[in-house]
Amino acid sequence: MRAPVHRARAIAIAGALALAVAVVVAACGSSGGESNAPGVTATSITFGTHQPLTGPAAPGYSEIAPASQAFFDYLNAKGGIYGRKIHLIIKNDEYNPTQTVSVVHELVLKDNVFGIFEGLGTPTHTKVVGFLNSSKVPDMFVASGCPCWDKGSEQPETFGWQPNYTIEGKILGQYIKQHFAGKKVGVFYQDDDFGNGGLAGIRDEVPASQIVSTQPYQPGGTNVAPQISAIKAAGAEVLVDFTVPIYTALGQLTSFTLGYKPQLVVSNVGIDPTTVGGLLKTFSKGKAGTELIEGAITDGYLPSSSDEANPWIALFKKIHAQYDASAPFDGNVEYGMAAAYTLAQGLQLAGKDLTREKLVDAINEKGKELSGPGLVPFRYSKTEHGGYAGVEMGQVRGGKIVLFGGAMTTEPTAGSPITPYTKPQPAPPSSGVSVP
Amino acid sequence: MSAHAHAPARPPARRRLRLPRATLARTLALVLLGALVLLLASEGLSSYQNLQLADGCYYFAVLAGLTVLTGLSGQISLGHGALMAVGAYTVALLVGNEHWPLVAAIVAAVLVSSAVGVLVGAAGSRLRGPYLAGATLAFAIGLPALAEKYSSTFGGANGLTIDPPAVPSWLGASFPLERWEAWIAGIGALVVVFVMNNLVRSGIGRSFRAVRDDEIAASLCGLHVGRWQTLAFVISAACAGLAGGLLAVVLQLAAPGSFQLGLSLSLLTAIALGGLGSQIGAIWGAAVLVLLPGWSEDLAHSFSLSQKVSANLPLAIYGVVLIVAMLAWPTGIQGALRRIVAIARRSSARGG
Repeated sequence: MRAPVHRARAIAIAGALALAVAVVVAACGSSGGESNAPGVTATSITFGTHQPLTGPAAPGYSEIAPASQAFFDYLNAKGGIYGRKIHLIIKNDEYNPTQTVSVVHELVLKDNVFGIFEGLGTPTHTKVVGFLNSSKVPDMFVASGCPCWDKGSEQPETFGWQPNYTIEGKILGQYIKQHFAGKKVGVFYQDDDFGNGGLAGIRDEVPASQIVSTQPYQPGGTNVAPQISAIKAAGAEVLVDFTVPIYTALGQLTSFTLGYKPQLVVSNVGIDPTTVGGLLKTFSKGKAGTELIEGAITDGYLPSSSDEANPWIALFKKIHAQYDASAPFDGNVEYGMAAAYTLAQGLQLAGKDLTREKLVDAINEKGKELSGPGLVPFRYSKTEHGGYAGVEMGQVRGGKIVLFGGAMTTEPTAGSPITPYTKPQPAPPSSGVSVP
Repeated sequence: MSAHAHAPARPPARRRLRLPRATLARTLALVLLGALVLLLASEGLSSYQNLQLADGCYYFAVLAGLTVLTGLSGQISLGHGALMAVGAYTVALLVGNEHWPLVAAIVAAVLVSSAVGVLVGAAGSRLRGPYLAGATLAFAIGLPALAEKYSSTFGGANGLTIDPPAVPSWLGASFPLERWEAWIAGIGALVVVFVMNNLVRSGIGRSFRAVRDDEIAASLCGLHVGRWQTLAFVISAACAGLAGGLLAVVLQLAAPGSFQLGLSLSLLTAIALGGLGSQIGAIWGAAVLVLLPGWSEDLAHSFSLSQKVSANLPLAIYGVVLIVAMLAWPTGIQGALRRIVAIARRSSARGG
């Protein structure tokens, strides 16, 4: 009885293997030939990006890449860059490093993108920097202020864009030192290079005796009561948040429940009032809103998204209404458009015969001179890949961010001075993009 | 394989393909055939497809172990994602911090996850059905949290990264890394094929089936039910550890995000979808895990929906496909294929 059964199984095995080979061979046909510069044709340039479209970092941040695409649509309608239209393939990585690795492999190896643009997140993007650099794929303007992108000699393909968290922490720290002198400070921060970078900047400026408690959180959990209680118990009168928006909201709701009302100071990545206000409303079932972040001290390196007198904001609002109207107009949308403008400048500088090397060289050589929606200059050179060099202080007033006091720049190294930056912002060019 | 214990009398088939009858020789022939297929496939595939092949190979390793546990020994585990995490973190720590050679680190991953399997399996052998599933579920939820609790060792949500495996110089400088990763994972999968195929046809496999089919009868025959169930769990834990170790090599990363509860659940659905208890079912299951998310994503993007809907749609499509497949083919893909082969054979026998 056994022998026929074995034979039937052998046939089934052979059949399954044959089918597996057939599937594999059929799948082979789908990968096309590569040109010299992947992702570039006479009429198009394709970039890819990994974004948290779902998951803990999605609120707010999921608006960034579609806003960038909207800005590209606006440029494409004006004829693109050297006649090439810019496309962005947006992949969801759920802010999960494992997903980031697999979607970036897919973008580079399967979709043959020209480069990665504004890949979002510190814990996520750190996992693909090695791959992108060893594959010589331009890794433009990571959407994270981790100091770890600023290594031009080790990671020639990777460029930061927003201010390094240590630079931001230093300028926030200087404000705390000057305006909240002698008050006890607690720091609530994400337990990775984002939170640690910010904390390093705060420690550089605020005297150690003033910092009474530092409490990390792991992204993914929802209970932050242990951390906030510990900061409250330490008697902190100033609470500094290096948090993504969802944790700013959770922290403030917890503070509210505990009857804890410190002066709030939040990194610019975690305070967009539309996003945080919306989250507060959702979490509290409509009982709380932006009033829980009213008066919070923060900073900005772009004009406030509610500053309608600014010509860049006016332009971005116009583009938003035309190409991206389903999202609210907030700091995230502004971020996506401003970063897209910098990429367009880089492509313009790289010239008509676009290659991956030329784009990287263009930012290395001319990146420092680029100006646009930013309030401060970039820190770009062959060795510096750091992004914006500083911020201006700001405060949430009436549910909107108001910047004050003028822009300041500094270096991330400990002890380097903080200096005012006074060069005025240029108006947006009517041609779409202008470069030095 | 579960059909073996009470194989129905089938009409004798004509001999079309002959494999040796002795189990060891048969298995060796099968492994060689598998190696040849993998080798040829990896030559013809693009870099991205080689990565998918590598993904498929480590998924096969864990599914082959899980299908033995569930199909042969009758235990349901929702904790195999966590056992993969044990393997992955073992490799990441040993290769990243201690600079062990890769092979030694993977062997260590198998040993460590087996040891964890002994603990969980021994506790689990006292539990039945949903209680066992519950206990292993707690394990799946609890273990990745340890990585966040002891973040100085395990790197928290950030995880641990390791360098890509060095391509041996005799393969030439232009040998793609992705193909080398597919080979490494493929070798791991073939080891599993070899061990598992010998195992299920041995006295051990028969004892598993005896315990599964009737615990009282099995213990009357002198089998210690708890011990056999623990052994089945340990074997499948070893496979999961191997798979986790290979995952760490292919992704160059061990992070809690890889081993969320969803992984354990999708492993279980994959063996059910592939065909419970069968090694070939595990191949189908692995193919489903690798290919279905991409397909459902493409499908979701082919509708022009608002971004909030289309970002969540792949998961919904994935779920719908699973439900429909389980309703339409309760015996899984392999069961459906067997049925088609049987029908074809019957009609050809009738015709000639």
